[in-house]
Amino acid sequence: MSHFSPTAAVNYFFNYFLMKGVLVTIGLTVAAVIGGLILGMGIALMRMSSNPVLSGFSRFYIWFFRGTPLLIQLVVIYSGLPQLGIKFSVITCALVGLILNEAAYLAEIVRSGFMAVSAGQREAAWALSLSPWTTFRRVTLPQAFRLMIPPLGNSINSLLKATSLASVISVEELMRRSDMLMQEHFQILEVYAAATAYYLILTSVWDAVQRRLEKHFGRSSAAKSRRVAASAPVAQTSVEARA
Amino acid sequence: MSEMSMNIAGGAEGVAAQPQLREVPAVRMEAVYKHYGDFTALNEVDLKVAKGEKIVVCGPSGSGKSTLIRCINHIEKHDEGLIYVNGIELDHQRKNIDAVRRDTGMVFQSFNLFPHMTVLENCILAPMTVSGMSQAEAKDLAMHFLTKVRIPDQAEKFPGQLSGGQQQRVAIARALCMRPKIMLFDEPTSALDPEMVKEVLETMKKLAEEGMTMLCVTHEMGFAREVADRIVFMNEGKVVEQAAPEEFFKNPKSERARTFLDQIIH
Repeated sequence: MSHFSPTAAVNYFFNYFLMKGVLVTIGLTVAAVIGGLILGMGIALMRMSSNPVLSGFSRFYIWFFRGTPLLIQLVVIYSGLPQLGIKFSVITCALVGLILNEAAYLAEIVRSGFMAVSAGQREAAWALSLSPWTTFRRVTLPQAFRLMIPPLGNSINSLLKATSLASVISVEELMRRSDMLMQEHFQILEVYAAATAYYLILTSVWDAVQRRLEKHFGRSSAAKSRRVAASAPVAQTSVEARA
Repeated sequence: MSEMSMNIAGGAEGVAAQPQLREVPAVRMEAVYKHYGDFTALNEVDLKVAKGEKIVVCGPSGSGKSTLIRCINHIEKHDEGLIYVNGIELDHQRKNIDAVRRDTGMVFQSFNLFPHMTVLENCILAPMTVSGMSQAEAKDLAMHFLTKVRIPDQAEKFPGQLSGGQQQRVAIARALCMRPKIMLFDEPTSALDPEMVKEVLETMKKLAEEGMTMLCVTHEMGFAREVADRIVFMNEGKVVEQAAPEEFFKNPKSERARTFLDQIIH
């Protein structure tokens, strides 16, 4: 017990109890991303609205949730709200906290994406009499989304690790189950080595997904367009030469 | 100055008044104002454009020419005055704005093609989502107009892969796919390299020959001379002078137009 046992670490890695914790971590992350994106989109739209009440509320929301630790938010939801008679299950508490928190970050990412789409794109859509919904779904959203992917990837990476804070309110995700194993067997390094390996695998998988997303949505990217446009005279002459 | 613009606008109306009693003008603007903060972009503008007429709007930068044509399809909201497009009043009501936008096509200085869609997708988006065409119908229509602007072979490319001149011709085809009755051009050749200006102007000439009602903000005076029925000269938000091209170039009435022409025609 006085040295690091690789065999024990490998055993923990394949420990069924720990694996179930990994699934909970994945579940929390996926649900928080989906919930956070939906809520964040709403918050971003409010923030961009010309209505001062809506944009004011959204500004306050972002300021509040980005300005306070997720840990406090989770603890308040879990043990504070019951004092006011509002009681959720543990997992709901974790999800509510993660979604509310993530939405604040994602709202700013969504907003920056939309702001980066040029006004000319919207004007062209209006001039073609596209409906506001079609303009949003077919013109601005796809372009904004492409710009959102890199910061989105970052935020989701952070979120994946931030789910470990849910262990504090006794959600049995990867971190909590590692702690439980650790307290049972006192093999601190071995257990955390397995947990670390899982976190690294999860973040690496997400990195790969992100790279694929960037590639997929970048196939006609504006960056590429700009490059081609900048060399347009050259392109033109070569086209003419071939013709 | 304001008196003069009133007179000229009034005079033009007087001449054309009889036929227009029977036919609704394509565009009618009455005492239109547009302000940006303290800046008056349009200052009591009166303008009447008959169906099939080709108008070239020119003037120094900041004179309100772009604002003028951007108000016609309500990309800019005018603050005061009346604007009628094919008899529909642009009164900031959604359904009227939509009706006017369906009747008008617009071509922008910076093309504004949708960069994430192919040329063909750019062209079929509005016909499918606004006019409710099937994909096959919309594609046929798009290919018809892409052929007309002489780039059918680029249909599957993305805008970023085309030259500026080609992109602008796609933008024209995309607008035509909605079968507009009026085409608005906002400095369509100003962002182009010199060798590509001609291909775009040729496309516009062809459109003019087919009888399209056109309003075009441009500094291409050769095009104005050849194609325009009337030149509208603006300065400081006012329509200072409007005349047939020959008369305008030979014998501009206002001092401002004379100095403007001296500066742009070498």
